[in-house]
Amino acid sequence: MATQILLNNIEVPGLTGIEVYRKLGGYAAVEKVLKTMTPDEVSAEVKKSGLRGRGGAGFPAGMKWSFLDRKVDKPRYFICNFDESEPGTFKDRHLGSLNPHLLIEGMILGSFALGARTSYIYIRGELFYILNILEKAIDEAYRSGYLGENILNSGYSLDLHCHPGGGAYICGEETALIESLEGKRGNPRIKPPFPAVVGLYGCPTVVNNVETIANLPWILQNGGDAYAALGTQSSKGTKLISACGHIRKPGVYEVEMGLPVEEFIYSDQYCGGIRNGNKLKAVIAGGSSVPVLPAELILRTDRGEQRLLSYESLSVGGFESGTMLGSGGFIVLDETACIVKNLLTFARFYHHESCGQCSPCREGTGWMEKILQRIENGRGTSKDIDLLVHISKHIEGNTICPLGDAAAWPVASAIRHFRQEFEDHVKLQKCPLSR
Amino acid sequence: MSLIKVTIDNIAIEVEPGTTILNAARKIGGKVVPPAMCYYSKLEGSGGKCRTCLVKVAQGSAKDPRPMPKLVPSCRTEVQDGMVVQNITSPEVLEARRAITEFLLINHPLDCPVCDQAGECHLQDLSYDHGLVETQTIEERRTFAPVDIGDKIKLHMNRCILCYRCVMVADQLTGQRVHGVLFRGDHSEIGTYISKAVDNDFSGNMIDVCPVGALTDRTFRFASRVWFTKPFDAHRDCPKCSGETVLWMKKDQILRVTGRKDKYGELESFICNDCRFEHKDPKDWIIEGPRKIERHSVIGQNHYEINKERKSDGGF
Repeated sequence: MATQILLNNIEVPGLTGIEVYRKLGGYAAVEKVLKTMTPDEVSAEVKKSGLRGRGGAGFPAGMKWSFLDRKVDKPRYFICNFDESEPGTFKDRHLGSLNPHLLIEGMILGSFALGARTSYIYIRGELFYILNILEKAIDEAYRSGYLGENILNSGYSLDLHCHPGGGAYICGEETALIESLEGKRGNPRIKPPFPAVVGLYGCPTVVNNVETIANLPWILQNGGDAYAALGTQSSKGTKLISACGHIRKPGVYEVEMGLPVEEFIYSDQYCGGIRNGNKLKAVIAGGSSVPVLPAELILRTDRGEQRLLSYESLSVGGFESGTMLGSGGFIVLDETACIVKNLLTFARFYHHESCGQCSPCREGTGWMEKILQRIENGRGTSKDIDLLVHISKHIEGNTICPLGDAAAWPVASAIRHFRQEFEDHVKLQKCPLSR
Repeated sequence: MSLIKVTIDNIAIEVEPGTTILNAARKIGGKVVPPAMCYYSKLEGSGGKCRTCLVKVAQGSAKDPRPMPKLVPSCRTEVQDGMVVQNITSPEVLEARRAITEFLLINHPLDCPVCDQAGECHLQDLSYDHGLVETQTIEERRTFAPVDIGDKIKLHMNRCILCYRCVMVADQLTGQRVHGVLFRGDHSEIGTYISKAVDNDFSGNMIDVCPVGALTDRTFRFASRVWFTKPFDAHRDCPKCSGETVLWMKKDQILRVTGRKDKYGELESFICNDCRFEHKDPKDWIIEGPRKIERHSVIGQNHYEINKERKSDGGF
């Protein structure tokens, strides 16, 4: 069995309760850190671990922490981004609902390192049942003295709050999340300034993903070097992959970075191969926002190397023939799946979720959806395919936040790799795969 | 404070630190000024949304000469010493601007023939400069019924480009904002949530800051095309505002009162509703003389400045 950091005890009954969690070694990292380490030592350890942000962008967490404005005399805030809403990504809800104390422990460690006295878990509104689980766990942590005034007599005090969002995908973007947390409309802010300088209530703020934060207890317990020993050259540690689609065993898997994609799809330990023995057609490797890749390019790069589950390997070939690890939402499509229909589903999502603040995304996402609708329903023309490319090209890079890019990349990549299928829709005036 | 040097479209200029690229370009003036549909220098936090003012930064600064990876909104990007900016000299910028114009128009009703804003509409100017000749859309546009927000202002949501200026005016000029942007994406709309009138002394400024015909003056509705009216600078003693306005007249009748706008369509000062809506009698005003119209040439097309005979028979 490969190394498990996050899902180690996930199947133990009663893990959501603090007794079971502590019996399994929980909160030991908090005891160790608060009693023996300084905040700077914690930050240094995280930097050493090479942990990268698990929310999708893969930005080194230690570096993000180091941008925090420590000179200004203002409170600092540490926020957990639990607004997991990316189609195909369901790792955070798995972790947060089954092991809430791991997240809370990570929050305490992160807050301590950054000097935050008040921290927030911003949770997606639809995950209300997890909010209940988390609040119960937070109560337990308060009662056991891990939260509140003077934690473990260390002199460090921390208040942790859960805040449910209104159910908008855009609030997963960190500045929109901050706006929403402040009680405003969840529109992304124009950067710079970045949250590390001007964040929540105008104070220096760090926003990290659930999975990133959940890695902290292990890193501080076992050391940054031990974490850095796992994984590949520039992708350290393990990654939660939520696999779904036409596979035998959908679910959340923890893999060590660098696992071959082929092994992940076909091994019985993971996805267990394609359902009904069908042929693999395409994979969207990191949640709906990343470029889709056809079977031959997801298993091997254009240079013929084996494709691995890591930030660098998946992006080999750039957007021409590569993709991104993203948030780890691994969507597998077999030969029976229609790329156009699949893309239409995504386009509808981005159209629905665009905040409407900046014009390319607001207008472009709706336009793309309507055109895809037309093509899928057999009313498209070959001009429509070029028009889609034109629209996606002009949304990309011209918007305030990455939602525009996330809407544009799937369209651009689907047409790049599966143009024939779009043309078949136009030629036949219907979906060739529909029954 | 020492000035810093920035080059925009090969024209060098020195500006104060903290100046945005857009404002530096406005200091140069002329064709290098990027169009701005949402930025409004008098409104804090405005800009960055419409993306029409995107420019290319070919050199970040003298210290760090790397180019910026993406086009940047010039209204929200501060200049650095030694920055090199390309606006109309960059084909990439012009292409992006054409695309943005197209995006802004795909849900716009293009009802200029019946729109009161025609002739002084920034979207008209933008599409004249950067629009496509033919549309690429066959899709149905989003539609809303026009609504009255208050007894003086008409909201045509169909025409709105969601610049957020009217929201910021309400936030920054009046005590309490009762309207805002509801919903998301291209279903967003300006609204009062539970049908409420926008009712305060300065609400009329929402009409003036609106770059398109989404908010129009109900007291001027369909009274005349703007280019058939003649603007005059005028003032009165007003206890609430500066009282400095422009009267839009036809013969000796005041059809409309607005604030004074500069060449970028921005108000020189905000005026109160009393001046705007309640004083349509020329006797209420001290008329200073014809207003010079610089940017919106359509209004200038009526040759009001050179039409001398009119002056003799019309009496002003």
